[in-house]
Amino acid sequence: MNLRALWGHDVTYSFRQSPVAIAAAVLTFICIGGALLAPWIAPQNPFDAAALDLNQAFMPPAWVAQDATNYLLGTDDQGRDILSTIMYGARISLGVGVAAVLFALVLGVTLGLLSGYLGGRLDAFIMRVADIQLSFPAILIALLVDGVARVALPANSHDDIAIPVLIFAIGISGWVQYARTVRGSTLVEKNKEYVQAARVIGRPPLAIMLRHVLPNVMGPVLVIATIHIATAIITEATLSFLGVGVPPTRPSLGTLIRIGNEFLLSGEWWITLFPGIALVTLVLSVNLLGDWLRDALNPRLR
Amino acid sequence: MGAAPMILEVKNLSIEFPTRRGKLLAVDGISFSIAPGEVLGVVGESGAGKSVTGAAVIGLLDPPGRISGGEIRLEGQRIDDLSHDEMRRVRGRRIGAIFQDPLTSLNPLYTVGEQLVETIRTHLGVEAGEARDRALALLREVGIPAPEARIDHYPHQFSGGMRQRVVIALALCAEPRLIIADEPTTALDVSIQAQIIQLLKKLAREHGTAVMLITHDMGVIAETADRVAVMYAGRVAEIGPVRDVVRAASHPYTVGLMGSIPKIRIASAKMHAPLVQIEGAMPRLNAIPPGCAFHPRCNKSFDRCKTERPEPRAVGPNLAACWLYE
Amino acid sequence: MLLRLDDVGRAFDVSRPWLNRVIEGSPRQLLHAVDGVSFEVRKGETFALVGESGCGKSTIARLIVGLYAPSRGRIEFDGVQISDPEARAATARLRRRMQMIFQDPYASLNPRWRVRDIVAEPIRVLGLASDPAEIARRVAELLRQVGLAPEDGEKYPHEFSGGQRQRISIARALSGSPDFLVCDEPTSALDVSVQAQILNLMTELQARLGLTYLFISHNLAVVSHVADRIGVMYLGRLVEIADAEELFARPRHPYTRMLLDAVPDLEMSGRQRTPVAGEVPNPLSPPPGCAFHPRCPHANARCKSERPDLIWRGETASACHAVEENRI
Repeated sequence: MNLRALWGHDVTYSFRQSPVAIAAAVLTFICIGGALLAPWIAPQNPFDAAALDLNQAFMPPAWVAQDATNYLLGTDDQGRDILSTIMYGARISLGVGVAAVLFALVLGVTLGLLSGYLGGRLDAFIMRVADIQLSFPAILIALLVDGVARVALPANSHDDIAIPVLIFAIGISGWVQYARTVRGSTLVEKNKEYVQAARVIGRPPLAIMLRHVLPNVMGPVLVIATIHIATAIITEATLSFLGVGVPPTRPSLGTLIRIGNEFLLSGEWWITLFPGIALVTLVLSVNLLGDWLRDALNPRLR
Repeated sequence: MGAAPMILEVKNLSIEFPTRRGKLLAVDGISFSIAPGEVLGVVGESGAGKSVTGAAVIGLLDPPGRISGGEIRLEGQRIDDLSHDEMRRVRGRRIGAIFQDPLTSLNPLYTVGEQLVETIRTHLGVEAGEARDRALALLREVGIPAPEARIDHYPHQFSGGMRQRVVIALALCAEPRLIIADEPTTALDVSIQAQIIQLLKKLAREHGTAVMLITHDMGVIAETADRVAVMYAGRVAEIGPVRDVVRAASHPYTVGLMGSIPKIRIASAKMHAPLVQIEGAMPRLNAIPPGCAFHPRCNKSFDRCKTERPEPRAVGPNLAACWLYE
Repeated sequence: MLLRLDDVGRAFDVSRPWLNRVIEGSPRQLLHAVDGVSFEVRKGETFALVGESGCGKSTIARLIVGLYAPSRGRIEFDGVQISDPEARAATARLRRRMQMIFQDPYASLNPRWRVRDIVAEPIRVLGLASDPAEIARRVAELLRQVGLAPEDGEKYPHEFSGGQRQRISIARALSGSPDFLVCDEPTSALDVSVQAQILNLMTELQARLGLTYLFISHNLAVVSHVADRIGVMYLGRLVEIADAEELFARPRHPYTRMLLDAVPDLEMSGRQRTPVAGEVPNPLSPPPGCAFHPRCPHANARCKSERPDLIWRGETASACHAVEENRI
């Protein structure tokens, strides 16, 4: 699709007309950019123990401190530059969030497609599992999975396994919405004549599901996924805040908020506040982007 | 035309749809009128603008669509420039509507009787008892068997044809002067279509109601209408008494249309003869040709057709918008 | 004789969900969409199935192409039974010789596929060609045959009108080189002038390629232009089979007469017609005996209790006691 066609497309037009969507997109890009480019543009590598200097601990933000220091947002209890930790932490948050969403998406879309197309007992079984899972809050499920992993896996591998387990936990707690949506769309598409035509031609069910039905049911999935990234990041932050998320050696935004929480009342407010603002900004802008996308792709509202 | 004044008069009506790619003219300067007790068929293929015209007359044009020119008069009074509230009063009381799908025209949560009584009371202001009597009489008139029992049934308890009869009763209950029927028989089986067509005709005669029958089905028009207007690309190609338009059409589009309709012929030699076909398709709203909108598909077109738009002119009992009859 | 149906039936279980049935004590409900239908289609002819909604004609189409399996009876194609779900492989080979054209031009093409891929799908799946250049050549040829341009292959379905989409459907059906086409109301969703184009196209293709058509429609006038023989259906049963000319000149079954009377009179000849009575009954509980008896002006006691068989007299068959007893 050439660039001019893209610019004139209905969805792009809707984007250009919406200041909220543009602002949200800009903010999201700043967050993602900062996170991705952290190793090159962060003032300091906060995970490199050798670079830390305990004498620099508890330094306030630049505009508060009397002397001209390099710490724009201050330092924490171990002398880590808050700005750098935010950027590195956002990497973890975003990484875990996106990976968890991808996992949930693949699992949910697959189950939804099979459920909707094949029907019968498989459909009933998958939907009952989904219903049961929906009666538990997502956080609880993630906690459960995490807890089981800690017990089941050898203790010394905890730190290495922690992040994949976390991704698995958040992913498994979120697949149901994809499955439900895709199943509904599949049920509709299944009865359309182009699917019947493919059956008459003699294509096997798997080919029909993948090549005919899947492209037509993916639309709403994109919107769900965008909003789900925000939820996944929050879930990860909550789990890290509770201490069961990422290991403390590689803190995410949630961990930072927890660390800073302890010092909130003793006056070092910046340790919690700035990671908190960063988290809210990231989640809010992704949410707004998802909202706009849902309205822009909704054919009825156009 | 006689001494009786026209119930509906449409003069030079134009309807446009502003889109971000420009203004689309769905209807471009059409004129027609309907006398009391007369059924005017408005026939055309999809995209011709007939449904949009019906929507404009009844005041239910979907925004951003708007009337951009001309006027609509109901019993002499202009209705295209009324406010929302005023139009709402006109709509129930003096104009009735019958739409294609009887399933969605009736509220599934209320009984048929409740819907009829509510409409009668709203527009005629009578007491509940009398409203119910009127409702029963209407149900009997539209041919619902055992109306005393069925008046308390819900829409889903009626079959398709019966439901459409209820819809007709609902359209008639406020004693309107004009009824707009938009594809009233398209969703029904052929055997039921015939029944509904007869019913509409009989009611129009007996109540003196003017009926604007919008459809793509020429067969329905031939059975029901007194006069017919053939629409093409937002314009009227031909208008006249139904016998004359159907059997002796003047406009090349009408001729092609009548030729392309399959008809049952007994003699076997004619049975499998190819149908007359008009090449091409109706132009999209954003690509209407200059001059006569039909000229690219017309096998009788000449130079003038490409540049000047023809106005309807008398050809025998009909009016045809074609330069052949200059 | 290319296709043969022998006492074919298909029932759908439309009972309420199991839990509801247990709680409410309601019985299983079976909808007999097709209830004992037998007919033959000869090679090279166009056989039409006509009837109103709920008569089962679309279900028969789907039974023939294998989208459903029959609940009872046999379907034979070229002498070989194809309705046996056990003998999948053997029937698959025969099934390749039949294709289907659907009613809704907007739902019968995958909106996310390009037209060239849609038309090429049977060629690829049936293994008729594998070289991309050969496939492209065949697709271009097919598009030309149905009146489209080869460049149209690059576009998506939404860029075409209803009539053009039906042409694409026809091209897809033809690309598998079938000899038998099941056409399920192929022109019902089209404007009249477009319908004329498509009907003419189909007739021309049949003559050129030697195809056999099973043409399903509710519109008797359309059928009169394309059919050689016609079968009339009512509530899942065949009530009359006759040569087209014979059916229109001398309809036997009262339902056929009623259908013919209901066709609008475009010649405006003012011919005498019997007013139509009643409506199609609920297919879940068809009337006993002859399904048409509540609406039939000639029904007697036997019609109310005994279901009429399809009886042949020469080239015409009808399922009517009154016809059998020579009462009408």
